[in-house]
Amino acid sequence: MSDFMMFSLVPLVVAVVIGMTCALLGNFLVLRRQSLIGDAISHVALPGIVVSFILTGMLASTAMMLGAGVSALVTVVMIELIRRLGRVETSAAMGVTFTSLFAVGVLLLEWHDATGVHLDVEHALYGNLESLIWFEGTGPGALYDPAALAGLPPQLARVVLVGLVVVAFVGVFRRHLVLGSFDPDYAASVRAHPALVDLLLVSLVAVAAIAAFEAVGSIIVIAMFICPAAAARLMTDRLAAQIAWSQGFAVLASVLGYVLAGYGPGWFGYEVSLSAAGMIATLSGLILLAACLAGPRRRPAAA
Amino acid sequence: MDTWWLALTFRLGYNTSLVTLGTMLLGAGAGMIGTFILLRKRSLVSDAISHATLPGLALAFILVGLIQGDGRWLPALLAGAAGSAAFGLWAVQRISERTRLGEDAAIGAVLSTFFAFGVVLITVIQSMAVTGQAGLTGYLVGATAGMLASEAQLIALCALAVLLAILGLRREFLMVCFDADFARTQGVPTGRIDLAMLALLMVVVVIGLKVTGLILIVALTIIPPVTARFWSDRPLRMVALAAVLGTLAGYLGVTLSAVAEGLPTGPLIVLAAFALFFVSFLFSPRRGVLASLLAYQRFRRRVHLRQGLLAVARDEPIFDDLTLKVLRRRGYLRRDGVPTLPGRAAARDAEHEERLWALYRERYPEDALQQEHSGLTPIAHVLSPDAIMTLEAELLGDASAGSRA
Repeated sequence: MSDFMMFSLVPLVVAVVIGMTCALLGNFLVLRRQSLIGDAISHVALPGIVVSFILTGMLASTAMMLGAGVSALVTVVMIELIRRLGRVETSAAMGVTFTSLFAVGVLLLEWHDATGVHLDVEHALYGNLESLIWFEGTGPGALYDPAALAGLPPQLARVVLVGLVVVAFVGVFRRHLVLGSFDPDYAASVRAHPALVDLLLVSLVAVAAIAAFEAVGSIIVIAMFICPAAAARLMTDRLAAQIAWSQGFAVLASVLGYVLAGYGPGWFGYEVSLSAAGMIATLSGLILLAACLAGPRRRPAAA
Repeated sequence: MDTWWLALTFRLGYNTSLVTLGTMLLGAGAGMIGTFILLRKRSLVSDAISHATLPGLALAFILVGLIQGDGRWLPALLAGAAGSAAFGLWAVQRISERTRLGEDAAIGAVLSTFFAFGVVLITVIQSMAVTGQAGLTGYLVGATAGMLASEAQLIALCALAVLLAILGLRREFLMVCFDADFARTQGVPTGRIDLAMLALLMVVVVIGLKVTGLILIVALTIIPPVTARFWSDRPLRMVALAAVLGTLAGYLGVTLSAVAEGLPTGPLIVLAAFALFFVSFLFSPRRGVLASLLAYQRFRRRVHLRQGLLAVARDEPIFDDLTLKVLRRRGYLRRDGVPTLPGRAAARDAEHEERLWALYRERYPEDALQQEHSGLTPIAHVLSPDAIMTLEAELLGDASAGSRA
């Protein structure tokens, strides 16, 4: 039990919170056919973090969030500039932007490697959920012990905060988001500010990507954005129900994935553990696969 | 600087030169196939392909490692990568065809899920007693520094084969890109050609893994074609240009990474490609930002000139500064704002032209809608001399009728 508290409780909670946060935003990305913006933004989280790290010298959360916001803005502006001024197709403009910025991030990272930073390329790509250890979590009693609670990894508070911000955003802008997702022109005509809401959505995607970055890395987070929401999209035609499904899928994938990665090999007698983040994303992919094969609303709308 | 010069001139040893050549061939192949993919508006499919290689790569590593103790055997790794990439590609196709999800969601889901499964397999590898594990991370962001000569040869040979295949199939590719229905009526097996295109893209991505890494190889298939688009509208010329640009990016990137220890090849190649893109974006005479700005300024001046001349013809006062400036510079207006003789003549012409257009629009509203007018095109560029004569006659008739009344 104390083992569980110390090594597994925090990663599990972080995984569930990140999964739910990302899936909530993912619903709107999938509906707007903007999934690849999530792809681009989460790639660009890397240079955002590296630059803010180089500037401030530490992995401080405020600096990182600022870096996230700035990198998201730079990405969106760059994509729009290339698309409009150069008359380049959107997906190609995205490809040009995020690969170049990602290259900058990798280059800076490798450059900085010499100074002994605990941030390396592999870590950045697939995260390290297992490193979130709660040393004071020696037993159930620690949950009521303020001293032990103070020793919780700071990442936990960070992802919970980001999760609350995202929930607040979706709650406040619910109507705007829905309108903008289905009919941007109409949304503009009733002053629902689709462009502004769009930008806010993209910024929050960036913030969520950064919050998830340390735990799951910049690529696996894409699965957390897209897979549960896409699977939910195949289950129902109602948005509220879709969001509920996506949250359920996210929790299922996170818990099951974490348990499988941590204890699965043990059931077969191997004393190793697998990448929890990778396992969670793999499971959410499998959920999507199941939805593709059997979801009640999987067929394309009849034309 | 000296090292870079040595690398640029292929004097940094046999291996480095071989790697440089291989990367240049790879850049050419990626640029060419990428152009067709861009024309088909499916650029980000290569993103899905490249991420989907990871599980195959890791599986092949595990298998080879179990057999011979060291997983680093490039042919098997590439075969495994190609296998899982093909599977990923198939998944993207099926999801976007058979379900209501868009291709964007399919690409995002496939690339992240496959990559995640690859990461799980990598943690399996880390728990195994197999040597050469460090070699695997080189596939993430690319590493040419420790490349064996045999590996470089394999990459160069595959790149060459891809180049030849693209050259042989270029006509069919073009037909499918521009008008698949027409191609089908001409007896071109469009489905198979499409498949061949994606297969070649896959081969490029897979052999590029070792050089730029699986995340950045996408850039080589997207950036050079987009850059080429700035310089030409003719598809085959675009393909050739993209090949040249890709070659150049590979050449610059690889040689730059030879300058100092630990400079990653992949990002440098991508940034070289991006630099070429950026220069084109600014300075291309066709679609560049600078050219567009100049064209916009020219257009603005023409509008102001026309409006100014019409104002002069109608004896209306002119207040706009830019209009005054344009008219003065042409010598149509004196410094005190009084029109000169050439100014009056030009104003008469403009007024006459405007009347002809007005009459044309009145008589033939449907035809006029088809013409792009915006008040600036000389009517002689649009209508035949006969038609203008008729309009002139009508205009005269109107005028005399008006004076009689």
